[in-house]
Amino acid sequence: MSAPGSGSGAARRGGIRRFIRRTLVLAHAEVLHVTRDRATLLQIIVMPLVQLLILSNVATFAIQRSPVYVVDDDRTSTSRGLVSRLGASGLFDVVGRSSSPDSANEAMLRGRITLALTISHDFEADLVRTGQAPVALDVNTEKGAAAGVVQSYATQIIGAYAREIAAGMHPVPALALRDALPADEPPPIRGFGRVDVRFQDWYNPTLNYKHFMVPGILVALVTMIGTLLTAQNIAREKEMGTLEQLNVTPITKAEFITAKLLPFWVLALIDLVLGLIVGRLVFGIPMRGSVVLLLAAAAIYLVVALAIGLWISTTVDTQQQAMFVTFFVMMVYLLMSGLFTPIASMPHWVQLLSELNPVRHFVTIARAILVKGAGLREIAAPMLILTVYGIVVLLLAIRQYRKRTA
Amino acid sequence: MTTGPAAGAPVVQAQGLVKRFETTTALDGMTFEIGAGELFGFIGPDGGGKTTLFRILVTLLVPDAGSARVLGCDVVRDLWALRPRLGYMPGRFSLYPDLSVEENLGFFASVFGTTIAREYDRIAPIYSQLEPFKARRAGALSGGMKQKLALCCALVHRPEILFLDEPTTGVDALSRREFWELLGRLRSTGLTIVVSTPYMDEARRCDRVALVQRGRLMAIDTPEAIAAAFDRPLLALRVGERYRAIRALRDYENTNTVYPFGDVLHFTDRRTDASPETIARDAEAYLRGAGIEAVTAKPIPATIEDAFMARMGADDDAPGERGAA
Repeated sequence: MSAPGSGSGAARRGGIRRFIRRTLVLAHAEVLHVTRDRATLLQIIVMPLVQLLILSNVATFAIQRSPVYVVDDDRTSTSRGLVSRLGASGLFDVVGRSSSPDSANEAMLRGRITLALTISHDFEADLVRTGQAPVALDVNTEKGAAAGVVQSYATQIIGAYAREIAAGMHPVPALALRDALPADEPPPIRGFGRVDVRFQDWYNPTLNYKHFMVPGILVALVTMIGTLLTAQNIAREKEMGTLEQLNVTPITKAEFITAKLLPFWVLALIDLVLGLIVGRLVFGIPMRGSVVLLLAAAAIYLVVALAIGLWISTTVDTQQQAMFVTFFVMMVYLLMSGLFTPIASMPHWVQLLSELNPVRHFVTIARAILVKGAGLREIAAPMLILTVYGIVVLLLAIRQYRKRTA
Repeated sequence: MTTGPAAGAPVVQAQGLVKRFETTTALDGMTFEIGAGELFGFIGPDGGGKTTLFRILVTLLVPDAGSARVLGCDVVRDLWALRPRLGYMPGRFSLYPDLSVEENLGFFASVFGTTIAREYDRIAPIYSQLEPFKARRAGALSGGMKQKLALCCALVHRPEILFLDEPTTGVDALSRREFWELLGRLRSTGLTIVVSTPYMDEARRCDRVALVQRGRLMAIDTPEAIAAAFDRPLLALRVGERYRAIRALRDYENTNTVYPFGDVLHFTDRRTDASPETIARDAEAYLRGAGIEAVTAKPIPATIEDAFMARMGADDDAPGERGAA
């Protein structure tokens, strides 16, 4: 079922003009529906921002004042220095210390602590003699991912402390360091001089989880809102019977679906821009890459997300069915997007499956542009996938829409 | 089945239309023609297949068997050529309730690439009544106003034929009359109008009517011809308790049909050779014997409604007492 074919170029131009005119007429009516329903409009604009503000604080793996128990058998200034360093980081809170492991074990069993640090009797002596001394870290792994974070932070702090001690014992002349620095760089203030090797985490140097999570949450919220709105839209018209008189008009299916997409596409882009502004102002998320490039990618991605919603809407008969299907699809898409768990740690077949997930590709793009400052070349592959995805789903939705029933 | 002549060249031709849904047969082989400029009515009870028929004729539904041509276009194959030329007003209000009167009408006008102003002369008789309320949301209009707006929207692109599915269902009596007067005016401009209704009293307004029941056409003719075909003496029974009287008459050996009609009962007798006086006397006697008080029986001429009731095999439903669909 398609509009009468157009033979000559002039007829095709006329067809395109008619397509644009009718699409805009339909889209205008859609805009009237949305703007007339003030409550819904407010929800569409404000709700995701509120959620972003709240959820960005919830979905974090960063630890704060994590309770730690110290078993210090050494009791030297060096061991005490290590413990105070742990506490001073703000990441850990030393909630108890003793010289026997029993009370540490008990605290661990009761779930009162996340970490037990055991410093052996010869800690300082070994460090002075050999330059290295082992300490034991017992991590409460009840909460898998959090345990990893606890462990890696503790290891970093202890490692940094160890290097500092080692450097203090083997000073390097300040002059040697000065030569290594650019001419306009002031010489190191500390005359003593020391080599301090540090790990630098690229792209997110402070390992700020919000920088990582806020763009992801924003993508999730905009996707949810956009897909739900479009999924309900045609289903509602089916429920209300408002398509009956319209379906007899010469409007084509492509015009109808495009017109349904357009207003929500604009709304979702507005949501995204507002969310980015909030992310920047409130959470200070980095924007290393081009915001224009990000919006261009979002423009393509949102066509995918909204077309999925419209496809659902053309398939179901009621708004309730639309809700169920959308929630099911969104659940799978969001959990398999790499938003909350790294895709690299999923089973191989799930990783392959997640290639079909548009959310995954846009999350990749958004993080690459915002956090890494990636350019078009770096995100070309996911962009291409999203473009193809968008065209396919849109065509499916158009094909699926029935102006007439068999 | 009788078939009266079509007034002009046929603009609707249906041949053996069949449509089945999962458990029911909505259309069980319908064949008819509608002439150009006719005001043609499909009359029959709810669930008879009227809406299914209309949805096939306006290209929204594909028949299982049979074919139909509207304005020379096949409703299945030539739908894109046909759609711009027909106007359709569904039985269920299908305009956007959150848009105003003017916005709804403007919407349909622009879908067809025109404007309210350009088509004003076509819709003026109806739209002039709506204009005082043009800023009102369509959902806040009265039933009659809603129907007028829907009619405007179906007319705004100057269709050559108009399909109105139960336009007066759920509309008060005064608005119904107004609506039919509007249809009469539209008909006088040469527009072909196909309308369906469960209200038998509205049949009189049509040039020809088709009687629809259980997916079949029982008769197609002018209302007068159908009324004239009523061949039994008809009694109006005035009784104290109508409900008890109907129950009693159901058990009466001579009852052919009995149904409430206005504030009386209409009764026809099984005996075709008895005189109206005999029938009246026997019926009165029977009812008195059954303990029904205050009975008077009077022979009356048949109306078109009686003709329909007879054709329909006398349903229990009364004309004019049917609830809104």
